[in-house]
Amino acid sequence: MNIARSIVLASLLAISVPAVARAGAVDELMAGYKAAGGADFSAGKGQAMWNAPSATVSKSGTPMSCSVCHTGDLRKGGRHLETGEPIEPMAPSATPKRLTDKKFIEKWFKRNCKEVYSRECTVQEKGDFLAFIGGK
Amino acid sequence: MVLGGFIIAGNAIGEDYNEHEGGSIFRRRLDVAPVANEAYKKECGSCHFAYQPELLPARSWRKIMDTLDNHFGDNAELASEDQKAITGYLVATAAENSRYKASVKMLSSISPDDTPVAISKTPYFVRKHRKVPVPMVAGNPLVKSFAHCARCHTNAAKGSYNEHEVNIPGYGRYED
Repeated sequence: MNIARSIVLASLLAISVPAVARAGAVDELMAGYKAAGGADFSAGKGQAMWNAPSATVSKSGTPMSCSVCHTGDLRKGGRHLETGEPIEPMAPSATPKRLTDKKFIEKWFKRNCKEVYSRECTVQEKGDFLAFIGGK
Repeated sequence: MVLGGFIIAGNAIGEDYNEHEGGSIFRRRLDVAPVANEAYKKECGSCHFAYQPELLPARSWRKIMDTLDNHFGDNAELASEDQKAITGYLVATAAENSRYKASVKMLSSISPDDTPVAISKTPYFVRKHRKVPVPMVAGNPLVKSFAHCARCHTNAAKGSYNEHEVNIPGYGRYED
């Protein structure tokens, strides 16, 4: 009986801890983005930008977008365009660690926005992306 | 007892390059040390194989770490404290500071005027892999390039590149 109860408790913890961490990380980042001028973060705008081809083109001539590597379905795994390395699904429902680490999130925004758009993303765009990803 | 003593002595890590082990069942020697730095494994090893720093000279690692915004075509920028810490680790563990024979051979194959950034393009590496057929690597969708050591070298992460441990995806064991 004690073992069964421990297993139930441990499972509940395993599910809830990432969810709590995620709420914290996203809230803090969005608060920062709002303070810097972002507003009304929208999953719809985030999704539109995710799929829209950028003026920046890859080595192999493909117009870049987030979906080129991550796919348009956040529950699916993606692949690095050149190396083929697999990328875990972006959706927190598929990959619990997603959106739980602020430093990790900002690191990848910096890298990927520069690769896809040849510039850093604005606080508005980042907030919209977080709204989109967070809902999946 | 005496045999045991020889086995233990033979296991002194890094003393010898294991190129011609020829199936010795008593000794496994490493070509390089397994990577022991967690930050390097986490930040760099999350996208590609965590190449052991012993495989390049310090100046190569500095060049790589100074140009992360264009890292083989990708932006791999890091927070500056992470960039500094990892650079420190790589330089301290680089080929010049290594006792492993693979490092000595690697270094002696590189001209002092060169600062290679790709291990797979160094003269030593090219020489060691020159007989591997193109269809098994570049023409093989499961491998794609020599940069993906661990796809064929089954114990690469442990620091062993012994050719008897090679298993090429789609082809199987490979020995020259």
